[in-house]
Amino acid sequence: MELERIPVDIDNVSKTYADGTIGLQPTSLHVEPGEVLALLGPSGCGKTTLLRLIAGLETLDDGGRIRFGDQDVTQKPVEQRGVGMVFQSYALFPQMSVAANIGYGLRIRGVSNADEQRTVGELVDLVRLNGLENKRPSELSGGQRQRVALARAVAVRPRVLLLDEPLAALDAKLKESLRDELAELLRRLHITAIHVTHDQQEAMAIADRLAVMRAGRIVQIGRGEDLYRSPSHPFVAEFLGRVNRIERSQESIMDGSIVFGGTAIACPSAWMNHTTLLLRPEDVQVGPRDGAGFGTSGWGVAQVRQRTFLGDRVQLRLAVDGQPALLADVSRDTPFRVGDDVGIRMHPDRLMTSQEEIAP
Amino acid sequence: MRTDTQPRAPVLLAVTVIVSFFMIAPMLLSVMAGLVNNYSTGLESGLTLRWLKEVWEVYGGTVGWSLVLAVACVAATVVLGVPCAYAIARSKSRAARIFEELLTLPVAVPGLATALALILAYGQISAFRQSFAFILVGHIVFTLPFMVRTVASAFQRHDLVALEEAARTLGATFRQRFMGILVPAVFPAIVAGSLMVFTLSVGEFNLTWMLHTPLTRTLPVGLADSYASMRLEVGSAYTLVFFIVILPVLWGLQSLAHLLQKRHGT
Repeated sequence: MELERIPVDIDNVSKTYADGTIGLQPTSLHVEPGEVLALLGPSGCGKTTLLRLIAGLETLDDGGRIRFGDQDVTQKPVEQRGVGMVFQSYALFPQMSVAANIGYGLRIRGVSNADEQRTVGELVDLVRLNGLENKRPSELSGGQRQRVALARAVAVRPRVLLLDEPLAALDAKLKESLRDELAELLRRLHITAIHVTHDQQEAMAIADRLAVMRAGRIVQIGRGEDLYRSPSHPFVAEFLGRVNRIERSQESIMDGSIVFGGTAIACPSAWMNHTTLLLRPEDVQVGPRDGAGFGTSGWGVAQVRQRTFLGDRVQLRLAVDGQPALLADVSRDTPFRVGDDVGIRMHPDRLMTSQEEIAP
Repeated sequence: MRTDTQPRAPVLLAVTVIVSFFMIAPMLLSVMAGLVNNYSTGLESGLTLRWLKEVWEVYGGTVGWSLVLAVACVAATVVLGVPCAYAIARSKSRAARIFEELLTLPVAVPGLATALALILAYGQISAFRQSFAFILVGHIVFTLPFMVRTVASAFQRHDLVALEEAARTLGATFRQRFMGILVPAVFPAIVAGSLMVFTLSVGEFNLTWMLHTPLTRTLPVGLADSYASMRLEVGSAYTLVFFIVILPVLWGLQSLAHLLQKRHGT
């Protein structure tokens, strides 16, 4: 099924609810044709509001504009915007069969019966629902319902596909396999899609780019990998994964170093003035206290306070001189136990900024 | 094999039996009274269908009219009540809440008062006043809140809001989504409301007694007439007619409603 690919431009769009609550601060955003963009953030961050504004299910405040390709759709009602939407609850029509659900949009447009059946058949193949065409939604599993919802949304050849937490209703195990399936389907459809989620792994697996949102604002936009490795804001770093905060005292700022566990390393030059830096647990290297290389470059001392076996890895909580407690992810075969003294090292190029500078 | 996990409770059983008997006895006596030659001598006077025949000859017409009125009342409350329920369910304004309260008023206000108000307002239009339509209007006023409340609470369900939004994103106009999505989704509620309206309309006496004319009588009004003006046996036979006609209809509707709800259940 070939679908139209258009860019989406959101310009200075904001939403204030009738009771004065601000749902979305003025926001601008550009989505490339055929791109899958995730709006990621905790509940109440405005991601669903932004999605509903794009869909036309909410009216935006004066002054904002939404463009699909070269068409201004700001004033267009949802019925005429040409969007496809997958709802969190899937919102399948309970009294209709799978085939009737998928064909609904075509039927109300007056598409002939034969054409409707052909398109529905094509979509049933695409989302692999063969044999279930005559079932009611209540007879389907969660994953099957989600695929019906997706097929129904793309049946009308929308210009933009909107997905509102499409995997939130599924249990954790199923979620992971359906996540990859959905990512693959979206690539095959090659349609401009905007995907709302609060799950960072889901966003990274499905989307080409992520827009991380907080308190009605987009904090940062970029590829998942870039955001994870070099977040521009501590909120992004913390939302995409766990982080340690590395503190720097007045003296270490003076001499441009980072001090921990009885050793010091040079602070990356870009963040000389920062009082706090961030480091992910998997970037804390843990080794034997008197192993090879110890005592030379950058190895400090720490003590294991807590050891948590997580199956695929072990998480250690370390007490380090001159720093708050550090989390470190190590391999599951690690020999270290609670109470052991260990050596730790941090790679300067894995440190991330927290934006917290001292007053110059 | 079935095992009783609860100990037997002879006191509760006795209470149940006594209360049930207390409530069923008047019905049985009333039915019997309609079938004996003379109630004061009881069963010894012999059984007869004479009274039943007499009732059917005099009041047979009221049965048909009652059923027609009830069906018309259901049709009218569906046509008026379902869109009204939607409007109330979707409106967030205070006016809608006040309107809903007003709608419910005829249930709380004695039927006589409602009927008097109708007569004062429209009693001068004699063609209307003398027809069954006048009684129908009274029944609609009285039963509409039952339909509106039942259906409105179904419309308010969160999943229905999502269904409507889904239909909108697919390009459905209001008419298309109302008739094609919303009404089928609340169909079980409409069926439940219809059953309620039908039952209330068939048994309605208060309003109808005030609104009826000698030529427009319903079953309950006829019942009152016969109690007031005829022998005890005739009145009792009338009760029996009521049972014979109404119970099968109600049972039929109940099982139909049950079937529909099962088929349309989500």
